[in-house]
Amino acid sequence: MNRMVVGPFNRVEGDLEVRIEHEDNAVTRAEVVTPLYRGFERMLLGKPPMDALVYAPRICGICSVSQSVAAAQALASAMNIRLPQNGELAVNLIHATENVADHLTHFYLFFMPDFARDTYQSEAWHPDIKTRFTAMKGTAPEDVLPARAQFMHIMGILAGKWPHTLSIQPGGSTRSVAPGEIARLDAILKAFRRFLERHLYGDRLERIVSLQCAQDLAAWSAERPPETCDFRRFLNVSAALELDRLGRSSGRFLSYGGYAMQGATLFRRGVFMTGNYAPFDARSVTEDTSSSWYKPGTGPEHPMTGTTDPDADRSEAYSWCKAPRLDGEIMEVGALARQLIDGNALIRDLVARKGGSVHTRIVARLLEIALVVMAMERWVAALQADGKYIVHEKIPASGEGIGLTEAARGSLGHWLSIENGRIANYQIIAPTTWNFSPRDGAGVAGPLELALVGAPIRPGETDPVSVQHIVRSFDPCMVCTVH
Amino acid sequence: MTDSARPVRLLWLQSGGCGGCSLSALGAESPDLLTVLEAANIEVLWHPALSEASGRDVVKLFEDLEDGRQTLDILCLEGSVMCGPNGTGRYHLFSGTGRPMMEWIRALAENAHHVVAVGSCAAFGGITAAGDNHTEAVGLSYDGRTSGGLLGADFRSRSGLPVINISGCPIHPGWLCETLHQIAMGRFSDAHLDEWARPLSYTMHLVHHGCARNEFYEYKASAEHLCDRGCMMENLGCKGTQARADCNMRVWNGAGSCLDGNYPCINCTAPEFEEPGHPFTQTPKVAGIPVGLPTDMPKAWFVALASLSKAATPHRLKENAVSDRLNVAPQDKGKVKP
Repeated sequence: MNRMVVGPFNRVEGDLEVRIEHEDNAVTRAEVVTPLYRGFERMLLGKPPMDALVYAPRICGICSVSQSVAAAQALASAMNIRLPQNGELAVNLIHATENVADHLTHFYLFFMPDFARDTYQSEAWHPDIKTRFTAMKGTAPEDVLPARAQFMHIMGILAGKWPHTLSIQPGGSTRSVAPGEIARLDAILKAFRRFLERHLYGDRLERIVSLQCAQDLAAWSAERPPETCDFRRFLNVSAALELDRLGRSSGRFLSYGGYAMQGATLFRRGVFMTGNYAPFDARSVTEDTSSSWYKPGTGPEHPMTGTTDPDADRSEAYSWCKAPRLDGEIMEVGALARQLIDGNALIRDLVARKGGSVHTRIVARLLEIALVVMAMERWVAALQADGKYIVHEKIPASGEGIGLTEAARGSLGHWLSIENGRIANYQIIAPTTWNFSPRDGAGVAGPLELALVGAPIRPGETDPVSVQHIVRSFDPCMVCTVH
Repeated sequence: MTDSARPVRLLWLQSGGCGGCSLSALGAESPDLLTVLEAANIEVLWHPALSEASGRDVVKLFEDLEDGRQTLDILCLEGSVMCGPNGTGRYHLFSGTGRPMMEWIRALAENAHHVVAVGSCAAFGGITAAGDNHTEAVGLSYDGRTSGGLLGADFRSRSGLPVINISGCPIHPGWLCETLHQIAMGRFSDAHLDEWARPLSYTMHLVHHGCARNEFYEYKASAEHLCDRGCMMENLGCKGTQARADCNMRVWNGAGSCLDGNYPCINCTAPEFEEPGHPFTQTPKVAGIPVGLPTDMPKAWFVALASLSKAATPHRLKENAVSDRLNVAPQDKGKVKP
């Protein structure tokens, strides 16, 4: 048995180290180390509750709006208010803009550049991928950055700026929209649709979301050569490298649904395991700190009464990340989980055949871009130039609230309690806290730690490329993980 | 940087921050970030969100830069320096090295021709230093309003300049792109820095400049709720008349600004903005008068002006100030809509 420390990682929105043990050119055990602690949960103690709306988005520069939405929902549930329809639509549009931009950033700037590495120079597909996806120098970043920036004009109109808006409030959005602005939003979406259809899909969004099974996807891919669009480019590389065998999911998935719609969510909330859907019960969430650098409590804690008391000297610990569990079990979160739980036929079929993997995580993410942009088109059409975008209520002197939403990379929850008009407790469980969880008290490893087992190591590799693919397939956000 | 043929070599580090300044920079337009770097002849040795290299290659690069085997023209830090617990820096051990990021930053800053703090965290400690700051988060050469920080008050990089503080939470992409470009062209000097070592190119202005609510401000027609179109200074905590930045003279994300989003300026380019001493969206007042008056304005004059202008506020502004949309339009005299 040999050991290897892999890191620093990059293109993971923060800092990450992975310690692996390997034998016979394959990983046998992994420990995922989140090396940065900033202490937002302590910072918020004693603050006026509404000030959470300034601090929470600044947990993360890439999931900033998701953090705002979770904080606003936690406050709204403590205040017991409902958003007016325009406010809900505006918040959803702001949130969807961030999530779609994040999917795009992940695919083009974070994930695909690893296939441009010289490691793959003998592969038939490599010259084209290198030209297209080389970090900072390929033709893809050149195409994507202006398209992404123009798409983000939606933020300029609806949210003032991105990241770190203060427009998202418990009662809705501060920014009402004028008739001319609704027309502009529609035009921006049209321009973005054109970019996606030309470069990413080489096809209509409607065609992409109509694919029903693995066979449909394969047939669609074979219609035209891989070089005709970036989705086909990925499918070609994925088939050649058998990415459907890499980074296997452990089989349990969680999604809070995301995008509130008059009491429901755009995507279904729940749990998916052993091939079946089950409802989600927020009372069953706990965090365990057996392998984390925090003073040991009395065992796993529910986040409403959870604590954050750092202790860098705990020798049995190896990460600042806590270990969240649902009913004591690990959960994988992200686009794959969301689409499985929502019942998307293509994703259900892919997972039924071969399980969750690097391949299915990427396909689910690319599929979701089309699904969400089409929802955004409907939401813009539903916006009214008159009617309220926000309602105002006083925050109670004491109370509790939970905010559950979906960032691009998975389920995000805020648990808030208020006493004497101040924040008495604030706990956050971010998507990558679930995915990159360390071991719990029972020694059960987190989703990434399990997904890495079996990853092949090429001769002479110090930073195995398979590990790079698996880690990034989760679209980690390390600054959210520990917060 | 005197040799125009040689690329200007830039290293970007991240520590106690959110990565939001990098993400904001990715939204640069006219032109985009990659084009700016090309125009400025900047070679990015490594950026944690954008570069291909990982692991051993990166550690080797850091070692070469520390030992002087490679030249470092510009060192950028995004995020606070994490000094805790108890000055050990163990709240951020840089992955793959087991060494506190605090030490890497110090070592690399010594060899850098220019050192740039990107965002208020790297400049002053910022949001990461909020609350009781139990993580001992500081900026490169400031700990809040106190000079010092990680590198000390007297720190000068090899160029002779102090740490250049491009503060903001987040930075506007233009502030970063233009400053880096000026540095790369060899046209950035001490004369371009303000009293907090921030680029004057954007701190020469107040957020108030170009604010679309200026007419409401002139007549003290104030917003009452977050969503109202009136001036947010009197009730909603807006610090635009004191905050140093050109946020309303250049657009954010192609269209907006905080003020255009109907929420107040929280003065995020200033040291210690993270602890305002009052709820962010409420204006502290003494005897009904806001405590924080516009920069440079004598109090008596402001009070006199305010009462005068309040008495003269036109109906249109009174109505629109407390509405979430502009309901009353200006009207040309003598012309009635048929």
